[in-house]
Amino acid sequence: MSARAETGLWLAQRLSAAVLALCVLVHLVTIVLAVQGGLTAVEILGRTHGNAAWAAFYATFVLAAAIHAPIGLRAVAREVLGWRGPALEAAAAALGVALAAMGWRAVAGLFA
Amino acid sequence: MRAAGAASRWPARGHAGFWAFAAHRISGVALTLFLPAHFWALGQAIQGEAALDGFLRWAERPSVKAAEVALVVLLATHLTGGLRLLAIEFLPWSDRQKTILALAAGATLAVALAFLLSLI
Repeated sequence: MSARAETGLWLAQRLSAAVLALCVLVHLVTIVLAVQGGLTAVEILGRTHGNAAWAAFYATFVLAAAIHAPIGLRAVAREVLGWRGPALEAAAAALGVALAAMGWRAVAGLFA
Repeated sequence: MRAAGAASRWPARGHAGFWAFAAHRISGVALTLFLPAHFWALGQAIQGEAALDGFLRWAERPSVKAAEVALVVLLATHLTGGLRLLAIEFLPWSDRQKTILALAAGATLAVALAFLLSLI
């Protein structure tokens, strides 16, 4: 991969990290509040169904995670396993696409 | 010989910053492995309330609750460690790196305790 592309990945990792920092903070507060008194599907779906603002928030969260996680895992694979080359880039890209698809499917299920 | 090999591979492992690096790596990889399972579980909502409730009942087991606590700790660890890294890269350098590490660890512990108290 060219130096320019590596720089692009570095920047994407930091930009997604900044978005994730905010998302994770909100997510952790939501988790702590939501688990009080236990979780039921009625309660969860009552809170989420038709809520466009939360849907947008979690769709953004999914996108940032789908960018961040594969770039991080790619770096670990390179440094720890010494794995390099087009197969690694393809695997990282596939992981990103899979995470985005699975995450947005979950968002659709909860919020639509 | 194994110890010597490990020391030469990670010469800074006696430093607090090494453990911050290791915690960030391990939490990051673990969270990445967990994400597909998390999305699959939440995706049960597509099949309706009953499917989601079936999963939530399964998640009431003590072993799953313990895993949830571990996941919240991993998420908080990666968040505080990541904020520290962003500060190192984008803010002016501070000599108080060990203080910042202690703050990150303390914030992680606070999140873990808040989650544990909410579960009770």
